[in-house]
Amino acid sequence: MRKVAIIGIGNTPFGELWDRSFRDIAVEAGVKAIEDAGISGDEVEALYGGNMSAGRFVEQEHIGALIADYSGLAELHIPATRVEAACASGGLALHLAFLAVASGWYDIVIAAGVEKMTDVSEDVANDLLVSSVDREWEAICGATLPALFAQMARAHMQKYGTTEEQMAKVAAKNHANAVHNPIAQYRRQLSIDAVLASPIVADPLHMLDCSSIADGASAVVLCPAEDARRYTDSPIYVKASVQASDSIALHDRREITTMDATVFAAREAYKRASIEPSQISVAEVHDSYTIAEIMAIEDLGFFDKGKGGVATLEGETEIGGKIPINPSGGLKACGHPLGATGIRQVTEIVTQLRGEAGKRQVPDASTGLTHNIGGTGGTAIVHILSTT
Amino acid sequence: MASTAKFWREQAARYNLEGTRCLTCGSFFFPPRAICPRCRRKGEIVPYRFKGTGEVITYTTVHQAPRNLNRQIPYTLAIIRLDEGTQLLSEVICDPEEIHTGMRVRAVFRKLGEEGERGIIYYGTKFVPILQT
Repeated sequence: MRKVAIIGIGNTPFGELWDRSFRDIAVEAGVKAIEDAGISGDEVEALYGGNMSAGRFVEQEHIGALIADYSGLAELHIPATRVEAACASGGLALHLAFLAVASGWYDIVIAAGVEKMTDVSEDVANDLLVSSVDREWEAICGATLPALFAQMARAHMQKYGTTEEQMAKVAAKNHANAVHNPIAQYRRQLSIDAVLASPIVADPLHMLDCSSIADGASAVVLCPAEDARRYTDSPIYVKASVQASDSIALHDRREITTMDATVFAAREAYKRASIEPSQISVAEVHDSYTIAEIMAIEDLGFFDKGKGGVATLEGETEIGGKIPINPSGGLKACGHPLGATGIRQVTEIVTQLRGEAGKRQVPDASTGLTHNIGGTGGTAIVHILSTT
Repeated sequence: MASTAKFWREQAARYNLEGTRCLTCGSFFFPPRAICPRCRRKGEIVPYRFKGTGEVITYTTVHQAPRNLNRQIPYTLAIIRLDEGTQLLSEVICDPEEIHTGMRVRAVFRKLGEEGERGIIYYGTKFVPILQT
């Protein structure tokens, strides 16, 4: 297996992009990544596109070919593949692109993520989210995504003493970071009190504990590590790319307050990268709900199980803290266009490791981690990136 | 709109809490599973009708939900551990102030929802508190 590097990244703005279609945003992110990599485009040998539900959001399937076509690659006849793992579709696209380059089969590969969510009503979009869990044995009983995460939150509060204030701090911290992120949907401060004063969606979760519906696309360009300096002076190396699965339904899990898929993927990723959690400088984790970030920073080994809430409230996950989490603003403040998120997280870590994150820069960042989950944790994908 | 068959083929499980169990290791499964994750090819799967009693593991009261879930807001959901050991998600019909972790509950037959005003009405199991005497 060969070592793999990321040589280019691109994002659309995240938010309600009324003037841009599904294909517009997919192409915009891809072109930006190709320009960032300093290649012309005809070097691209394969494309992997992460997308959860274009068939239902925009009534379009077969989007691998569509994206390649509108990216001007139709006449090159490259393999273009759409992949799906709910909200982890983006991370999965990168994982497969990584394997394609690492195996030696292709050299230059694009991994993209895209979701166009605002062409349907909010009600329809919220219902589509439930497709990421068990439609037959959770949704039919009345489960929504927030209702399932609320039950994790309740169990975490009862088992470890986690508080609503600690969860609200996740949202407040991520919004403070997003103020300095030009692609974020919500570039404004949010106070803990405002989160706690927002309406209850599924108790104990408030509306502002939840990430938002958004449009957006992200892309990265990969190449063999040995070729990376031909294209860029600041290649970022993929030290580990791991995918794991777990039961689709929350009630079938061994434990409600831990995502075993995350634990498994992280353990394997640290092993492959030969590092410890304490050596990670910065991480982008899947904060689809505030409790999800608290569980993630525990399951990823940054804090002991049950201590994530306290650590968050004490500022240990802020930029400048022990381990900065979601300097981009996370899913909470960037917005969460499902299939795009896993790639967007990676573009943030690459930006941080290049030292190009401006006012949200984590000092001396050399090794970063991304954590992307599907549904309530049926899939988890962890990437470890490094400057060396 | 979903087909009638979608609801019809799950009736035994939804109406009667019919699942399966593995005679090799003694594990219980709801909804029914054809493969025991512990024994796999050595498993011997047979139907099993759950007693329908259990206790609340965690819960939430839902105040916002998509319209097509057909629920009157608010409603309370819980993960319930059945006495046989397996867990499921269900609505619990009770005062939201009443529910608590460890609460004993029992299965009841109720309407789960309907496919619009002209579509079929579908039924299944919900849970209610077991009155303490």
